[in-house]
Amino acid sequence: MKKRLLTLTLALVMALSLAACGGGGDSQTGGDSQPAGDTQPAGDSGDSGDSGGSGASGTVYYLNFKPEQDPDWQELAKLYTQETGVEVKVQTAASGQYETQLMSEMAKTDAPTLFQVNGPVGLANWKDYCYDLSGSALAGELSSQDFALMDGDSMSGIAYVIETYGLIYNKALLEQAGYSADDIKSFADLKKVAEDITARKDELGFSAFTSAGMDGSSDWRFKTHLANLPIYFEYEADGIGNTDAIKGTYLDNYRAVWDLYINNCTCAPTLLSAKTGDDSVAEFVTEQAVFYQNGTWAFGDVADIGEENLGMLPIYIGVGDEAKQGLCTGTENYWCVNKNAKPEDIQATLDFMYWCVTSETGLEYLCSGDHMGFVIPFKGNLESSNLLVNIANEYVANGTTSIKWCFPTMPSEEWKNVLGSALTAYAADQTDANWETVRAAFVDNWAAEKSK
Amino acid sequence: MEKSIKRYFPVFLGPTFLAFLIGFIAPFLMGIYLSFCDFRTVTDAKFNGVQNYVRAFQDGEFAHAFLFTALFTVTTLILINVIAFAVALVLTREIRGTNIFRTVFFMPNLIGGIVLGYVWQLIFNGLLSRYDLALKISARYGFWGLVILICWQQIGYMMIIYIAGLQSIPGDLNEAAEIDGANGWQRLWNVTIPNMMPSITICTFLTLTNGFKLFDQNLSLTAGEPMKQTEMLALNIFNTFYGRVGYQGVGQAKAVVFFVLVVALGLIQLKMTRSKEVQQ
Repeated sequence: MKKRLLTLTLALVMALSLAACGGGGDSQTGGDSQPAGDTQPAGDSGDSGDSGGSGASGTVYYLNFKPEQDPDWQELAKLYTQETGVEVKVQTAASGQYETQLMSEMAKTDAPTLFQVNGPVGLANWKDYCYDLSGSALAGELSSQDFALMDGDSMSGIAYVIETYGLIYNKALLEQAGYSADDIKSFADLKKVAEDITARKDELGFSAFTSAGMDGSSDWRFKTHLANLPIYFEYEADGIGNTDAIKGTYLDNYRAVWDLYINNCTCAPTLLSAKTGDDSVAEFVTEQAVFYQNGTWAFGDVADIGEENLGMLPIYIGVGDEAKQGLCTGTENYWCVNKNAKPEDIQATLDFMYWCVTSETGLEYLCSGDHMGFVIPFKGNLESSNLLVNIANEYVANGTTSIKWCFPTMPSEEWKNVLGSALTAYAADQTDANWETVRAAFVDNWAAEKSK
Repeated sequence: MEKSIKRYFPVFLGPTFLAFLIGFIAPFLMGIYLSFCDFRTVTDAKFNGVQNYVRAFQDGEFAHAFLFTALFTVTTLILINVIAFAVALVLTREIRGTNIFRTVFFMPNLIGGIVLGYVWQLIFNGLLSRYDLALKISARYGFWGLVILICWQQIGYMMIIYIAGLQSIPGDLNEAAEIDGANGWQRLWNVTIPNMMPSITICTFLTLTNGFKLFDQNLSLTAGEPMKQTEMLALNIFNTFYGRVGYQGVGQAKAVVFFVLVVALGLIQLKMTRSKEVQQ
């Protein structure tokens, strides 16, 4: 009898420990990218009755793309829950891991109700999951229909942020080197200034460029954003907006600007494969370098050097009318609503999106430089306190032509990755043979990937 | 006692079996099915025949990953086993502090692969940067970096198995050989190693399959750079599945091929080393 009791107890303990394992897994749905306690498990208290609001039965699960803005989204979600009683769960994918995470999250029962694609190419993968947003209240708030992502007649995505990038520079250091922004009006000027700074590097105590890090946290600045320029100019020259076979007309200019970046930065070009995005930021804010290629989203990172020291220049590559060249402005962030979510969740999601771009709190969080500092393509857009955004606006006001974001037309993530690897290999050993690999990755692989 | 075991075995076996079904058998069967499908998310798949397998075998990167993995596995298999055996021999002698040494050698095994990869990346890059070099600029650096990392991690584990094996050899065998006039080498080759074959079987099996299945360390140390030249099979499968739009099925097909390959190699190896085992 005693033995039997022991057996039963043991079996019970085993069963319980299994159950405990299962329970532990469930309670972690909040993800590990956010501080514990920031979110309540979805559905637990969603209909607890204290809200009384109409949309309280659905919940929102937003898979956020931008790690820089994660804390703000978490706060905004909490505020929304306080105001309406609707649960909003925000999870953020690590840099470069969005597609991976989206793929596994979408397979779950509690799939994201709100996710994002980067444009037509990203949409091709997810169009079967996109709810038609045409006629929604959010669509009515768009300041221009250009910011809707269409799939035939269906409005699959809506852009929620317009961003600008260029060469961010430190005014004080540039002055110390004996120049000002007025001296840099073309690629030739930029090259002259950068090479002069490199020549006097020891005397000045700083370099021209921050390290062009090719670690996954930073390589998108070059394999995607810098690569946008030769693509843009080729599209302009050919009068097209997309192509199945890129010619690489301006690849020599791409090479020239890449050479300039890697040979005038804070470290030897052979070390770039190990340099991260944080390294670049650190070099810029500790005044080790004058130029730092990045965009308006990085304002929070670079504001430390003082707003009076911060400026942004167009990325000149020596093509077109450089006197009229502006910054690179566009979007690759489109909100999509998951068609397969429960109807009440879809409604809750639509309400949440509408609230974000119309309510005072939502706009404050989205637009203020203290929070996300976005320029949003909606009627409610506030004047920004993000200095880099204001610089971008000045360029437009001065009549320069903004460079469009053509990289949403890049064939695939694979294309970018192969290009990035080739650029890294070239940086380590700058031979014509290695540049040929870059060219192949740019031109040949474009056609190969587009045909897949 | 035996009667109650007979009566209650489902109670003990049940939960484990259930976990095995849910955590292993079900995903495995689902994976085989998915390898014949076109899909985006695993819960929403359309059948498309053997097309995934055709595309998997046409992929030159997959072939390169196989060769790289094979070379890596052979290298680490030899290095780990020879060194672990040697360390085990030394640490079964009566040396002061053997327990401390055993613990120290075993400890790298307690650290997760991803963490190890990043730690060693810092170490290698720290050293290489003195010569203006970095780990990811050459496949050769990546290869030897991985070899060093894996040896460092696994030698301790294999050493423990070898020590257990050495301690189970009856002392009188060596004593008899010594009286018959055998010298140290002869005793090692003709007495110790034949008696160690069961341990050698286990260790070679483990190092062989570990080498082929290596993923975390590969991901965090080199991530396949430069230009996918240090991408091993498991990482290649992962990148195909997650990195490419519309390639999920191909990744799944590669995973099935990979499974068959590892099982086949493992069985061949077991057969080869088993046949050399002696009865005491």
